[in-house]
Amino acid sequence: MSTLLETAPRLTGARQRLAKPELLAPAGSLEKLKFAVHYGADAVYIGGQKYGLRSNADNFSIEQMRQGVAFASRYGAKVFVATNIFAHEEDLPGISDYLKELEDAGIAAIITADPAIVETAQRVAPGLEVHLSTQQSTMNWQAVRFWKEEGLPRVVLARETTMDEIREIKARVGIEIEAFIHGAMCSSVSGRCVLSNHFTDRDSNRGGCCQSCRWKYDLHAEDRSVAEPGQNLFTMSSKDLCMIEHLPALIEAGVDSFKIEGRMKSVHYVASVVNAYRQAIDAYFADPAGYELRREWVEEIGKAANRPLNTGFFFGTPGAAEHIYEPEEKPAPYDFAAVVTDYDAETGIATVQQRSNFKPGMHVEFVGPGGRSFTQAIGELTDADGSRLDAARHPLQAIRLRTDHPVAPYDIMRKKTG
Amino acid sequence: MSAAAIPELLIAAGSAAQAERYIQAGADAVLIGEPRFGMRLPGTIPASELAEAVSRIHAMGAKAYVSVNKLFRNGELPELPDYLRTVSAAGADAIAFGDPAVLLSVREYAPNMPLHWNPDMIATNSAAANYWGRRGAVRAVLARELNEEEIAGFRKGTTLEIQVQVHGATNIYHSHRNLLLSYMEHLGKEASLVDRGPGKGLYLVETERPDLRFPVYEDEGGTHVMSADDICLLEAIPDLVSMGVNSLYVEALLKPEAYNETVLRSYRAALARLAADGGDYAMDPDWLEAIRKLQDPERELSFGFLYKEQVY
Repeated sequence: MSTLLETAPRLTGARQRLAKPELLAPAGSLEKLKFAVHYGADAVYIGGQKYGLRSNADNFSIEQMRQGVAFASRYGAKVFVATNIFAHEEDLPGISDYLKELEDAGIAAIITADPAIVETAQRVAPGLEVHLSTQQSTMNWQAVRFWKEEGLPRVVLARETTMDEIREIKARVGIEIEAFIHGAMCSSVSGRCVLSNHFTDRDSNRGGCCQSCRWKYDLHAEDRSVAEPGQNLFTMSSKDLCMIEHLPALIEAGVDSFKIEGRMKSVHYVASVVNAYRQAIDAYFADPAGYELRREWVEEIGKAANRPLNTGFFFGTPGAAEHIYEPEEKPAPYDFAAVVTDYDAETGIATVQQRSNFKPGMHVEFVGPGGRSFTQAIGELTDADGSRLDAARHPLQAIRLRTDHPVAPYDIMRKKTG
Repeated sequence: MSAAAIPELLIAAGSAAQAERYIQAGADAVLIGEPRFGMRLPGTIPASELAEAVSRIHAMGAKAYVSVNKLFRNGELPELPDYLRTVSAAGADAIAFGDPAVLLSVREYAPNMPLHWNPDMIATNSAAANYWGRRGAVRAVLARELNEEEIAGFRKGTTLEIQVQVHGATNIYHSHRNLLLSYMEHLGKEASLVDRGPGKGLYLVETERPDLRFPVYEDEGGTHVMSADDICLLEAIPDLVSMGVNSLYVEALLKPEAYNETVLRSYRAALARLAADGGDYAMDPDWLEAIRKLQDPERELSFGFLYKEQVY
């Protein structure tokens, strides 16, 4: 992490008044939605049971969407639904009814790439905003202008767009621009990859992606392997995007929505990443001239990251250092141990719900929104009935323990991995 | 079956002379251009030579389409107006596009030019085609990952012309990253020792699938991975024709000219037989055999996705 910090720019000088961007977080389930919103997302995007690109995620039923919208609205947050497949003929008939259901459930916007869905939404569900998905690979201002003229209020840019290009797009076209700022990336132009179709007969553009870009390939030239024995094989695998060090540049470029990738990621990941970006954005707007990147934000992200990080195309085309050739991905350095469900201020006893094993004597970390955190040596553990436990072994079990500092519901208790 | 219209036979060419040879071998239409604007072309016909190339193609009674189907960056947009005016003045018969920026520029700088919607993998349904149709497209170039039933459904759902690839390799992955260059750097090898361009014989072998070779190359548009097999729909021509497919595309990329000429002759023979015999059509095994004789033994001829069911 220290190398990341050392390369961080220190932007100084007078700044104009800028609008605060939306922090948009992924929510692969109702629980993740609650954490994302509680930790500071202004909006979340989810997948429904149709027309989304994450067929493996716990996608939301319409009833769960209603619950998600109700929860989010208590925080003034919005819920978007990704309907980002490229439809085939068989997918077309149900689109109208589905979009009307989303509108009726209080969804604020759909994120969509297929013009068949764009057009249907505009016609049958005018209460839904249509945001053009990154799957449309929009990376120039004229294409953005096209979609504005088609009535779309927002375009999610292709991940290939650079910071300078974003600045020009914002200067030339009056439209909301959403950009990915964190998470895993397609190394292809999004949507322009059918490796899964060829390897496994799974349609990547309808949610069947099996991440073939992360597999290992032997590159041959003149019928001989380019790698010497013992050298890493070829892969298309990209490091993950992380723009925590460049928020002032993104804000000043005029990006309206900062998008975090990861509907398949854990509660711990979503909460940690949102927590860090929320603090950074708020710190910038509290005092733009005095803004400085804080080490804790970078560390917070690092605790949940399972791949090395980079800045994608923002400052130029990624090279060798931006790809992962090493054999294995490492697990995130910290793991979700429990979530706080209650805290008794008089006794100092917290009730937590178990998510992975822990026991007395371990050192864990409690984290809450706004960067509250402290290390805790676990003392006595009891169950809900007050019986003493030698360890917290059962998923979702309610456990009581004393904490040195106050905690609150939705605070996360995490432990070092391994 | 009522006599369905015999479709056009289309191929991409890298020079005017090559276009002439392909027309001689049976092509009705040729896709040309230059890599500043079009993706994965088999060669460059610079703007300064475009008018001559188009008139040579027209002189042989064939059509000339110009590919402007790449995804553009801001800095590349200023080149579009001049180029589109040149294409229009050259008398090209259509422009293939994928990026909506091109559609806007064509409206302004080449307003009478017919448009072919050609965005590779993402042309998957007729409603999307109709969307582009209402904005000026006269043809949809279908994704290669559609099966027979989906092509038929697409045909029923639109009045646009539809173009289907019937032969050759297909692009299966396109990145704006220079993945081969990056890998050479990672290995600590001098990148210039390996020519990474199209047709230089580089290929990928996935560790679990040692028998499949996926051609890969880099150009100014990034990294392209191609299929390990070559589509060959010669035997399905009557079905495609009766479905109402308007244009049959032969992918010329990564193939010797003689191979492509043979492919065109076989498909032309099939279309001629179909035109003459209609319902009594019988395929001549020699057409396929002629292609097989020149086929790279490492690359299977396959039906692509025509008879596949995909899941997701």
